[in-house]
Amino acid sequence: MSEFLEPFERMLEDVAPPAAVRAIEHGGSTHAMWGAFAESGFLDALVPGERGGAGLSLADAHPLWMALGRHAVPLPVGETMIARALLADAPDGPIALTVADGAGTVVPCGLVAAQLLIESAAGLHFVATKGDATGVPASLAARFDTGRLPAPVAPAPEGGLRSLAAILRAALIAGAAERLTQMTAAYANERIQFGKPIGRQQALQQQMAVMAEEMVAARIASQLGCAGSFPPSLVAAATAKSVASKAAARVAATAHAVHGAIGISEEHDLQRFTRRLHEWRLADGSQNYWNRLLGAARLADPGRSVDYVREAFA
Amino acid sequence: MLNYGSEAQRDFYIPRICRGELVFCIGMSEPGSGSDLASVRTRADRTETGWRVNGQKIWTTNAMHGDYMIALLRTSGTSEDRHAGLSQLIIDLKAPGVTVRPITDLAGDAHFAEVFFDNVDLPADALIGNEGEGWKQVTAELAFERSGPERIYSSVVLLDAWIAHLRAVGRADSATLALVGDFTARLATLRAMSIACTARLALGESPVTEASLVKDLGTAFEQELPVAIGDDLAAHPDEAVDAELYRTLMFVTYVAPSFSLRGGTREVLRGIIARGMGLR
Repeated sequence: MSEFLEPFERMLEDVAPPAAVRAIEHGGSTHAMWGAFAESGFLDALVPGERGGAGLSLADAHPLWMALGRHAVPLPVGETMIARALLADAPDGPIALTVADGAGTVVPCGLVAAQLLIESAAGLHFVATKGDATGVPASLAARFDTGRLPAPVAPAPEGGLRSLAAILRAALIAGAAERLTQMTAAYANERIQFGKPIGRQQALQQQMAVMAEEMVAARIASQLGCAGSFPPSLVAAATAKSVASKAAARVAATAHAVHGAIGISEEHDLQRFTRRLHEWRLADGSQNYWNRLLGAARLADPGRSVDYVREAFA
Repeated sequence: MLNYGSEAQRDFYIPRICRGELVFCIGMSEPGSGSDLASVRTRADRTETGWRVNGQKIWTTNAMHGDYMIALLRTSGTSEDRHAGLSQLIIDLKAPGVTVRPITDLAGDAHFAEVFFDNVDLPADALIGNEGEGWKQVTAELAFERSGPERIYSSVVLLDAWIAHLRAVGRADSATLALVGDFTARLATLRAMSIACTARLALGESPVTEASLVKDLGTAFEQELPVAIGDDLAAHPDEAVDAELYRTLMFVTYVAPSFSLRGGTREVLRGIIARGMGLR
C-alpha cells in the first residue's frame, strides 16, 4: 500500500500545488495536470492485471483517494480509476460519474471531465459532453441533463455505480478533513489573542478535539467502505458515506470557527477544502440518503446489531 | 500485569484470572481525586515485611465481587509531588483491615463500591512493576480501558430491543429508517476504531490519544441512543411498547451519564486529544 502512496503523494505535490489547483478552478487549462496523471499509470490502478492494470484492491486504492482529497485535486482522478476498472474500453480523458434518477444531476468535477459515465436502469452509458456550470463560484461541478442517453455500453455494476462513487467520495472527504485538521491545529498554535496562542484556550481545545474525532471517524468509515470487494456492498458504501458526510459538515464548521475571518477570504487556502467538503457530502447520496438504505437493510435482518456489523465486515 | 508484572506474579495470577477463579477490581478514584487522579492520597508505606496501606478508594467497579484490587497508591512524597511517588500494588481484599461497601446507584443497582484500608499489611511482592512508576503504568492501562467494547456497546441492548420493536410493529417510514441507518453506520465505525486500537495495544504500543478518541465518540453514541429512542417511541403513542423495552429504555437513560465519567471524563479525554494534536 505505502509503496504506491509515496510516489503518488510526491506526484501530487509536484503537479497539484495550491497555485495549480487555483488556476484550474478559475478556468485554466487542465491539460498539463491531467497529462501527468495519464502518464503516471495510476489511472489504471484498479484495472485487473490481466487487462494491463495494476490490479490494486479497493483497500490499496483507499490511501491514494485520501491523498487526492488532502491535495484538493481539481480533476476526477478517482472517478476515472473506477470507470477504467469497470470498462475495458473506457475512452481516454477524465471521466465523471453519476446516476440518472430522472431529474438533472450535479456532478463534482463535471466541468473538467471529458466524459460522463452515467448509470440508468438500462446500464452504463458514456456521454461526451461538458455539463452546464452551476453558477457556484470556483466550483468545478456541472449540471447534466440525463434525460436522453445513447445506448448502454455495459450492464450496471452490482450494487450500482452510486455505491462506488460514494466510497470514493468518503475517502476524499477523509483526506480533506485530515488536511483541515492539520491546518487548524497549526493556525491555533500561531494565532495570538489575549496574549497567548488561541490553541491554549480550553474552549478551542475541546472543539478541536471533537474535530479530530470526526476526522478519524471519517477515515475509519471510508476504510470500511474500501475494505471489501469491488464493487462494495450496500452496508460498506452506506457506512462510509453516512459517517464521512456527517463528519464533513462538522469538520468544515470547526475549521472556519478557529480560523476566524481570514478563513472566509478567497485568498486563504482553507476554502479550497471546506468548499469541497460541502460539495462532496451532498454528492453521490447524502448522509440521510445512505442512512435510509442502511436502515432498511438492517431492519430486514432479525439478528443483533453487533452481529450485523461484524458479519457485514467479516 | 502482562506488561509490568514479575514472572511470579504472572504465573500466579494470570492463569487464575483466565480460568475465572480470580476477579480483580481497579482502585483509582478517591473521594478527593476524581479527574485529578494524580492527587491520590491513599498511601502504602514500607514495613519490615512489605507494605502497610491506609486510606480510601471510591467508585471502584465491582470491588464487592473482587478478590484482589490493583491499586494506584502513593509510596513516597505527598500529593503535591503529583506524578512522582505513585506505585501500583496488588491488595488482597480479604486481608484484615479492608472494608468494602457497595454504593447503590440511581437505577437501583450497585456496580460501584467504596473500599477502606485501615493498616492493611501487604507482602513485599505486592508491588507491580517499578516503585514510583505507577503513573506511567496506570496511563498505559487506561488506553485499554478507554478503547474497549464497553465504551461503545453499553446501550446496544436497548438498540436491539428497539429494532425488534420496529420489526414487530412493521414501522419503516423514511425517518425511522434513517435513524436505524445512522446508528448502524456509527456502530460499525466505532467497532472498527476499537479494533484498530486493540491491534496497536496488542503490538505493545500505548495509543493514548486514539483510545481517548474512541471513548469520547463511543460514549456520545451510547448516550445519544436512549435519548433518541425514547423520543422515537413516545412520538408513536399508537404503538404498544412492551414492559421490558420500557424498563430497558429507562434503565439506560438513568445510567447513561456514567458513560462519559468512568474511565476519564469527556473533558479530560478532549484535553488529552488536544495535547495529541500539538495544542498547549
